[in-house]
Amino acid sequence: MSLSVRDLTVHYGSFAAVRDVRLDIADGEVLALLGPSGSGKSTLLRAIAGLEPATRGTVNWDGEDLAAVPVHRRGFGLVFQDGQLFGHRDVAANIAFGLRMHRVPRAEHAARVRRLLDLVGLAGYERRRVTELSGGQAQRVALARALAPEPRLLLLDEPLSGLDAGLREQLAIDLAALLRRSKITALLVTHDQEEAFTVADGVAVLDGGEIRQEGAVRRVWQGPADDGVARFLGVTTFVDGVASGGSVRTALGEVALPEVGDGPVRLGLRPHALRLAGSGGAGSGVTGFGVAGEVTAAVHRREHLRLVVALGLPEMSTVDAVAPVTADLRPGDTVRLTLDPDGIAVVG
Amino acid sequence: MTPRAVLTARGTGLALLGVLPLAFLVVFFAWPVVAIVGRGFTAGGVGAVLGDAATWRLAGFTVASAAASTVLAVLAGLPVAYLLARVRLPGVGLVRTLVLVPFVLPTVVVGLAFRTIWPDGGVLSLVLANAFFNVAVVARTVGGLWSQVDTRAAEAARALGASPWRAFRSVTLPALAPAISSAAAVVFLFCATSFGVVLILGGARYRTLETEIYLRTVDLLDLSGAAALSLVQFAAVVAALVVGAIARRRRDGAARVRSGVDGARRPRGGEWWVVAAAVAVVGLLLTPIVSLLVASVSTPDGWSLAGFRALAGTGVRGTLQVTGWEAASNSLRAATDATLLAMTIGVLASVVLVALRRAPGRLARGMGETMDAALMLPLGVSAVTVGFGYLVTLDALPGDLRTSPLLVPLAQALVIIPLVVRMVLPVLRAVDVRLRQAAATLGASPGRVWREIDLPLTLRSLVAAAGFGYVVALGEFGATSFLARPDAPTLPVAIAGLLSRPGELNNQMAYAACALLMVVTVLAVVLIDRFGAVRGRSAVGEF
Amino acid sequence: MKRRAVQTAVALGTVTVLAGACSLSGGSGQTGPQTATVTLVTHNSWAAPQEVLDAFEKQSGIKISVLKQGDAGALTNKLVLTKASPLGDVAYGVDSTFASRALSEGIFEPYTSPEADRGPQRYAVDQEHRMSAVDVGDVCVNIDTGYFLAKGLPAPASYADLADPKYKDLMVAEDPATASPGLAFLLGTIAHFGEDGWQAYWKKLKANGLKVDSGWEEAYTKDFSGSSGKGPRPIVVSYASSPAAELGEDGKPRTKALLDTCYRQVEYAGVLAGGKQVERARKVVDFLLSQQFQVTVAANMYVYPARQGVDLPAGWAQAAPLPQQPAQLPADKVQAGREKWISEWRSLVGA
Repeated sequence: MSLSVRDLTVHYGSFAAVRDVRLDIADGEVLALLGPSGSGKSTLLRAIAGLEPATRGTVNWDGEDLAAVPVHRRGFGLVFQDGQLFGHRDVAANIAFGLRMHRVPRAEHAARVRRLLDLVGLAGYERRRVTELSGGQAQRVALARALAPEPRLLLLDEPLSGLDAGLREQLAIDLAALLRRSKITALLVTHDQEEAFTVADGVAVLDGGEIRQEGAVRRVWQGPADDGVARFLGVTTFVDGVASGGSVRTALGEVALPEVGDGPVRLGLRPHALRLAGSGGAGSGVTGFGVAGEVTAAVHRREHLRLVVALGLPEMSTVDAVAPVTADLRPGDTVRLTLDPDGIAVVG
Repeated sequence: MTPRAVLTARGTGLALLGVLPLAFLVVFFAWPVVAIVGRGFTAGGVGAVLGDAATWRLAGFTVASAAASTVLAVLAGLPVAYLLARVRLPGVGLVRTLVLVPFVLPTVVVGLAFRTIWPDGGVLSLVLANAFFNVAVVARTVGGLWSQVDTRAAEAARALGASPWRAFRSVTLPALAPAISSAAAVVFLFCATSFGVVLILGGARYRTLETEIYLRTVDLLDLSGAAALSLVQFAAVVAALVVGAIARRRRDGAARVRSGVDGARRPRGGEWWVVAAAVAVVGLLLTPIVSLLVASVSTPDGWSLAGFRALAGTGVRGTLQVTGWEAASNSLRAATDATLLAMTIGVLASVVLVALRRAPGRLARGMGETMDAALMLPLGVSAVTVGFGYLVTLDALPGDLRTSPLLVPLAQALVIIPLVVRMVLPVLRAVDVRLRQAAATLGASPGRVWREIDLPLTLRSLVAAAGFGYVVALGEFGATSFLARPDAPTLPVAIAGLLSRPGELNNQMAYAACALLMVVTVLAVVLIDRFGAVRGRSAVGEF
Repeated sequence: MKRRAVQTAVALGTVTVLAGACSLSGGSGQTGPQTATVTLVTHNSWAAPQEVLDAFEKQSGIKISVLKQGDAGALTNKLVLTKASPLGDVAYGVDSTFASRALSEGIFEPYTSPEADRGPQRYAVDQEHRMSAVDVGDVCVNIDTGYFLAKGLPAPASYADLADPKYKDLMVAEDPATASPGLAFLLGTIAHFGEDGWQAYWKKLKANGLKVDSGWEEAYTKDFSGSSGKGPRPIVVSYASSPAAELGEDGKPRTKALLDTCYRQVEYAGVLAGGKQVERARKVVDFLLSQQFQVTVAANMYVYPARQGVDLPAGWAQAAPLPQQPAQLPADKVQAGREKWISEWRSLVGA
């Protein structure tokens, strides 16, 4: 009960949208395919679904080559970014569509539709017209529709990116819970790291049609394979340092990273890796004295004050940093920044 | 099986679907046309006609007058399309029906009606008359797509500061372009091959390729001259089709169809001007019709229903072999057969065309475009050429179809198929491919996807196409007059027969038969439109 | 290659089945075991009372199935095109204008009908009797007599009158290229003025405001003042028999044919060469020449019977007598000159 993709290459004309991809999804695993737009992730998903012919390579399910299996016999469910609900049918008929296609006895339809609507939190919506649904409701129906025929693999193509932020977060959590509970094997395509980490067990980072890195969510988050992956995973600043005895010394100060072996090391800093020194939110892991600089921009965010700070160092002119929401900082103010291990990734 | 093998299998399925339309075209169109043109070539002298400056003047006049009529028909048809698609006012449904009436009137009748207004005929009356026939093509084809085009893009443009006119020009018009170019291509072909009207209104002075081909074939039996002119006509038609195809390709996929959306509402502000324009167009269209109706009940001695009473008979001393009512029933039957046949073949062809367009690879797309154009050709080739082609070929088929009553619906279907394709194709193509993919991932086979997704979403268009085709078949005169047996004339053929005899009663009966034809048309359209609307609505949530 | 052939065959089969399936528009008459159907190919003007055809079927066992194929020219041309595989068994309606083409193309078989010596022989065109005359029709200039009475203008009577400025802008004729009365009228002027004189006459006609329409329908029903259309022009090229259809309430004709401007066309019938029922086809020709049928042609097709001693309908003697000295050109001369004359006419009068 597992998907394995080998050397898969998909061409659009002479352009290789997906190149030599190797990918495995184990039974019950949720894998997020993460990449910037244009990275080929949707193409890869469509090739797995059978919607896009492969130029080369294989897609296997449990060792069976699917090349000759047309889309409708693969038993893979698909949820599109914008739902693609059938406008000429109501909610229940949309969900029951797959049941009809799979010749599930009619008598069972109503009960299964009801169960699925419960599952996606839309109990009682059977007779609604799909044109009357909100974006979030439509995606829930799309999910229920895809789940109805009990697909052996669920493919989710940016299922939440059409929704507004708050809803997206909530739905991501719901989706994660639902997938875990139902033990569904799934492949989630997204460009949103948070969504990927909320929903998935493992993550594969795709860029330029190739898989750059694959692994458990936490591992990839903390140890991106190269600068490109790191940048995509939110790293805005790179700094080289030397590790010794569980601590890394850099031009920006010293930070405790117990898992890093001794020797030269390259760190990737997300904005919250640099915090206003001495502030209450700075956590206890801060060591060393940090680095001084001048604020050039300050923007309020929901949870913190986002700063751009000019350091005057030869290798980095400005860095991103965060300060507590309460800090009253303006461009021109001088600040002192310290490193926070929570926002640091070890690159390479 | 490799991925490529899957593709090939899909290709074979498509090819099988495509065989029926192609075979029909080959047997009932290409073969007869090639045979008769071929005879002209073996007779020699084709080159001389091609080298004659008069031939090219003829071609120039044909193309120019057809183009003028097309522009006119599009300009007049767009406000009406808007009215049909976007306006919710009492009477719009009536307009939807009435606008089709001109299309079914026999050319003889319209020609004579225009002669009443312009006693000496001439270019203006000719261009107007050809446009008159075809406003319905534009209004219904464009209106069909318009009613399904997402209004949000235009609203977005308005929000960005575009004036209503600007929003229409930069957003709505491009979205409608596939339908407009489709309709324009069809109208151009109709106008370029229009016969009766040109003969009556052009008099001895204005001749077109079509009338000249008729003359050379039917009256002079100058097959080589006719073959040469047919080649020129063919070239002009292909050129028009290529232009249309390029326009379509440039705008391909411009329209997004949304289902279950009703964008019609009461007009506001400047939109009333468009409505007024549409009403004016409809009024102009109705003028000759009203004058016909008046003619059908007036005699030199005052009002009389004698013409209508005469429909129960066969005309003065048996001008017709059947009664007016029997002719009407012949019309209905032939049109039904023709529509069934044309829908089968036209929809199959559309499905194949859409699949070819969506298929990867230049070859498939090229094939699609070629087939698309080939399907249009029957509109652009003279009915005389096809009819005489039948004479020299169809005796080779079992049952000698040349003299069979079946030939009438077959020939009518040949004329309707391109219309069906033109009406169904844009809508079918506008069905979001991802909807179909969603259905496929839910386990629907390609055939099932078609049945569950494309069919319900395009049902209104299919019904509209069927209705339109039916009406065209009802009014078809060129090919029918050639092929109909005297013991089974259709109404238009009977009308022409009545008009070709002296005597007041024959004349009145002809106009009464015209009125009957109009009534039958209106009834057919109302029925079909109603069916389409009901099915379209109930299809939501039905399954 | 083979597979393709199979596919094509399947497709053709499907088409045939489809075509068969929707044969709602049937209409093939049921015929008893002892009746045979003979197909009569004819022109669009064919009309005959059903009782007469039924009577013939009863007495001979032959049911006539009629196939109309356009006007006389179109009919002739179609018969020529299909002579290798004829459309029917017998043809009626090839007229003297096209007789030469029909004969030289060999579309008819020789057959001398026993009825032929009752009058039709007067119009015979070849020694082998491949074509038998059925009726004659004359194309004449018609005038609206009331118009001239009302205007106090003497009615025109001759070709020369028509070119007289007195009658300026009063006449409408048909294009000889597209309408057979137009062609007949042109031939009449050629017969009258000679092959070198007709052009000058037509120039005068044109200068005198002649209007030319494509078809008889527009000329007669729209432009002619004597018909129901109440058009503006009181002079029209039509048939000698037309006045019989325009009787006023007093039973008197409102229009009149100018008998000095008539051109005669004879319509023929013949057995089609290559037909499968030659014997029965001959019987149909006999029928067309018989008293029984001949008596119907005047009322039904507005032509005069070729047979002698056949009564014309009441009123015809006064309204539409058979012109006594119509012009006529020999068939072979018409055949040789027709195209040339038409194109000369077009450059002279058309455009």
